[in-house]
Amino acid sequence: MEPLLTIDQLSKTYGRIRACDRISFALYPGQVLGIIGESGSGKTTLLRAIAGAIALDSGQLFYRRQMGDVLSLTQLSEPRRRILMRSEWGFVRQNPRDGLRMNVTAGANIGERLMDIGQRHYGNIRTEAAQWLAQVEIGEERMDQLPIHFSGGMQQRLQLARVLVTKPRLVLMDEPTGGLDVSVQARLLDLMRSLVRRFQLSVVLVTHDIGVVRLLAHRLMVMQNGQVIEAGLTDQVLDDPHHPYTQQLVSATLTP
Amino acid sequence: MMQIETHYPGANASVAPPRDRSHRLIAQDLHKTFVLHNQGGIRLPVLAGISLSVKPGECVALAGISGSGKSTFLRSLYGNYRIDQGAIWLLHNNQWVNLPQLVPHELIEVRKTTIGYVSQFLRVIPRVPALTIAAEPLMELGQSQAEAEAVIKSLFEQLNLPARLWDLSPTTFSGGEKQRINIARAFSVNYPILLLDEPTASLDATNREVVIKLIEDRKSQGCALIGIFHDDEVRSRVCNRILTFTPLSHA
Repeated sequence: MEPLLTIDQLSKTYGRIRACDRISFALYPGQVLGIIGESGSGKTTLLRAIAGAIALDSGQLFYRRQMGDVLSLTQLSEPRRRILMRSEWGFVRQNPRDGLRMNVTAGANIGERLMDIGQRHYGNIRTEAAQWLAQVEIGEERMDQLPIHFSGGMQQRLQLARVLVTKPRLVLMDEPTGGLDVSVQARLLDLMRSLVRRFQLSVVLVTHDIGVVRLLAHRLMVMQNGQVIEAGLTDQVLDDPHHPYTQQLVSATLTP
Repeated sequence: MMQIETHYPGANASVAPPRDRSHRLIAQDLHKTFVLHNQGGIRLPVLAGISLSVKPGECVALAGISGSGKSTFLRSLYGNYRIDQGAIWLLHNNQWVNLPQLVPHELIEVRKTTIGYVSQFLRVIPRVPALTIAAEPLMELGQSQAEAEAVIKSLFEQLNLPARLWDLSPTTFSGGEKQRINIARAFSVNYPILLLDEPTASLDATNREVVIKLIEDRKSQGCALIGIFHDDEVRSRVCNRILTFTPLSHA
């Protein structure tokens, strides 16, 4: 098996602060990699760097495309990078308002992404949008409503549908369950688990919630001060934490 | 090749794989010390030089008082705890692999097909029904939901788990019910190596017999089993050998 995404010695500084310090990992198809760490540990910077939203100081990123060739993301032209992002990547934001268009209908939020990748048949687009609404457990009668009238949990599920409708191979998630109440979180987590398995998604999941990584992530990286201080399978890191900071994090969690 | 993350910093990479193929699992000279950084850096040595080899069809019991390290040893064999020193050879797809040297995606693969673990406690997932939780390992192997659930239903029936519970989330189930879901989950896959952590702890006599039968079946199919059994009767009936642990004195 070949890695889908390979990060090699990625570094980013803001002034004198090392937000990401020589981070390396390889992500394989179907894997969910959790990244945990407190605010300011560099986890969101890392995610933004992978997404190409900020320029790197040094390091390389490689992505294996559907067709099998490997792209060096740091050398990719901006238009080609945008095409790749639209067709093979997805980004789930913490605040659904940042990931959705609030002034167009739920159906259009999904359909728009299909049109981005070249679909033109209105009937097909609408059918597929309806299927995805069902997939994320939103009733079809909500299709022509604006997401501004949806609850937070429903908006987040709509965002998932909008991201996943183009069948991305790599999904980057930034605190996807943050700000939702516990029962809504459970529903969303369950949904994400089944979607990951069904579509063999590879996911980089940034969160500070240990319960979320326990349920979703196969692997875990713990970050502190811009460095990866511990990595392994999720159960290894959480059941047998080695680093003082990881031990503190795990022992401070109420539910095991 | 660029450097990806290292896995077990302390484990010895230079040991050669065993020659013999008569065993399924060979653990050599395992050492494990827990360091509690947030409690004054206390060091708790738990394993110091434990070795064990298990053949197909054998069932080995780990015995010893609480705190003697049998649970740590069992978890280390699954790669749940990361040993400081030693080798854990598993026969995976007819080749020896050294578990502490595997990178994450390799260990995930070994756990999918070669080594199973019946833990004492079920990790409940909110909203997910018992049937789905138990069917997950088979679905990870590529079976359809219907195929996987058919296997699980048959195991649930053998384990006398009432059908009305199958579609419920086990959040509110009793200890014995959760344990039977765990057993069905782990016995649904034909792992060549199976680790059992007190598989009958919360079961009644009838279901204990069912589990003994399941273990006997696995042995006759050539599975190598290692387990912790607090129930003396179960242990004496299913185990061929006993590895006894003694607590290390904490200097």
